[in-house]
Amino acid sequence: MEKFDAVVVGAGPAGAAAAMTMARAGLSVVLLERGEFPGAKNLFGGVLYRRQLEDILPDEWQNAPVERQIIEQNLWIMGKDAVTKLGHRNEAFKSPNCWTGMRVKFDQWFAERAVAAGALPVYETVATELIREGGKVVGVRTDREHGDLYADVVVIADGVNSLLGKALGVHQEWQPDQVSLAVKEQIFLPKEKILDRFNLEGDEGATIEFVGETSGGMTGLGFLYTNKESISLGIGVMVSDLKRTRVKPYQLLEQAKQHPAIRRLIQGGETKEYAGHLIPEGGLKAVPQLSGDGWVICGDAAQLVNFVHREGTNLAMTSGRYAGETIIAAKQKGDYSRAALSHYDRQVAASFIRKDLKKYQGLHGLLNEIDPKLLFSQLPKAVNEAAFEMLNVDGRTKAEKQRFAINHIKETAGGTWDLLKLGWKGWRAING
Amino acid sequence: MLHIVVCVKQVPDSREIRIDPKTNTLIRQGVPAIANFYDMHGLEEALRIKDEKGAVITVVCMGPPPAEKSLKECISLGADRAVLVTDRGFAGADTLATSYVLGLTIQKVAAEFGPVDIVFCGKQTLDGDTGQVGPGIACRLDLEQLTYVQKVEKIDQEARRITVHRHLEDGVEVVETAMPVLITALKEMNKVRRAPLPGMIRAAKFKPVIWTTQDFPGLERAKIGLKGSPTIVSKTWVPEQRHVDTEMIAADTPQATAGLLVDKLWQTELPQRFGWANGSEV
Repeated sequence: MEKFDAVVVGAGPAGAAAAMTMARAGLSVVLLERGEFPGAKNLFGGVLYRRQLEDILPDEWQNAPVERQIIEQNLWIMGKDAVTKLGHRNEAFKSPNCWTGMRVKFDQWFAERAVAAGALPVYETVATELIREGGKVVGVRTDREHGDLYADVVVIADGVNSLLGKALGVHQEWQPDQVSLAVKEQIFLPKEKILDRFNLEGDEGATIEFVGETSGGMTGLGFLYTNKESISLGIGVMVSDLKRTRVKPYQLLEQAKQHPAIRRLIQGGETKEYAGHLIPEGGLKAVPQLSGDGWVICGDAAQLVNFVHREGTNLAMTSGRYAGETIIAAKQKGDYSRAALSHYDRQVAASFIRKDLKKYQGLHGLLNEIDPKLLFSQLPKAVNEAAFEMLNVDGRTKAEKQRFAINHIKETAGGTWDLLKLGWKGWRAING
Repeated sequence: MLHIVVCVKQVPDSREIRIDPKTNTLIRQGVPAIANFYDMHGLEEALRIKDEKGAVITVVCMGPPPAEKSLKECISLGADRAVLVTDRGFAGADTLATSYVLGLTIQKVAAEFGPVDIVFCGKQTLDGDTGQVGPGIACRLDLEQLTYVQKVEKIDQEARRITVHRHLEDGVEVVETAMPVLITALKEMNKVRRAPLPGMIRAAKFKPVIWTTQDFPGLERAKIGLKGSPTIVSKTWVPEQRHVDTEMIAADTPQATAGLLVDKLWQTELPQRFGWANGSEV
């Protein structure tokens, strides 16, 4: 029976990064993927970050198939027929900082780099369970005939629903308040229309995240990304809220498309794809132990997602790279025990991954504690009403207007004290 | 041991094919490539023969370097070796030029790896749809030609004879002939297996043998590629839909529905045309 140094389950950004790192060092690596090709099962459209891509592909990151380099990012606070906008545009982002990209194309290209480095691609193959001897993981069982695959280390990178993580017991069956369901449409528009509507040139791009009345009083975030010749428009809402309200996510998306600030941006576009995907939102608390005897877990499967900054692919890539580096060192010592592989846990802990997740660790609790209606509906509504009042010239004095605006927001939050408390808690939650 | 050659072409996935309205040719860019599935039924039949009697299977393919993907798929399923015939000089070939090159390739396979007993081709390709390459190869190599085969019934290795079922418009023809033969496969022939994991690993490591124009000493340049292809697409159009009268027949029970159908059929010209007896058994 042929035995490999490592078998990587899942050829998304985490798995491909791990496979690439190990194959370059000469390890024998099998890269398993359940889809027809890497990315086939992944949600199209998203944001990709340069820094972590460059870390792993210093000479090749320029060739990555991306859509537009993002030079402008916006946060919109949505009222029913109104919007209050906050944004930042900077030529310095042309370094570039991040891009919009299509996962179907990007993941395929990224995994191709792992194959070029020597990883053996085995696609359309599902890893159904872990093979264990004693307490040790020694391989995976696949859904193919003679499908047992033995390796010194199994890298578990099988995504948000991680079958193997669950089998291992480190990945709990996800709770409705630890995942959101994002639905997304790809709306095709001619390039010139996109450039005009978003005030862009060439391959520049813009993103808009929107919160407020578009999520129907639920904890949620909408997003609009510009691609080369299409727009990705989506909305993500906590599954627990969807369960409680029995609202269908596509209904929210349909409503968002009717919002006057969004409607005109997508006007005349043709929706060609529709997709839904679960996003881990558990934050630091949901992150499991990352290694054990004969295994490591990376990316979404390990819940490594910074939901506040919608960063996922970069955490996946970096965790995959760290896992790969740890396994290379483990091979040199011939030791694949938890003791040797926990080096990976420590690397993640010392990096931006854990630190960023730690910063926001209180947010999850806060969102559970406060009525989402207040945060995601009443306050955004009040903010828009206050802004309207400030800018609407109707004969009342500016001082009166300012008083109204401040009082209105205060009262919505339940009084001065409650607003201050909310502000303090919010600050604590994002600086934990 | 039997030596079987399977010809495979990599084609654009027909589920996602679009036609350029200006040039009336297929838009191949961005369309995922797959192995022509009729060819895969040929490979499956070869694999079944291998499983039953033992055989060596050589897969050959003419196409651009990415066609390696289809050859790897054949290897994952159990083919023993694969040859990719690839060169810019071969590009633009029609069925005449293609069958010329594949004929030379199979001759070279026989010379290097041993005499060939059976050649499998698909009935046709998904992109070209002509069904001419298989017969073209048979002619050039003087092989017994067995087209539209839905079943290989028997192979007698000692007598070097083979019996197959050919699917014709008006029935099935059972033919016995002497090997070597060329068979064009129908999809009814078998169900293509799923590759076992060791096959997938072998395929992932596999590199096909590459032959270019340099590897064929007797190659006549005028017979290959665009130059060797007299076919001209002068015009293409979408055929008009033929109008066909249809009627839904339904009664309370299946028996009554069948009775109604028979009654209706008797009122047509069919009984006269086929000489149906007006018997009481109907």
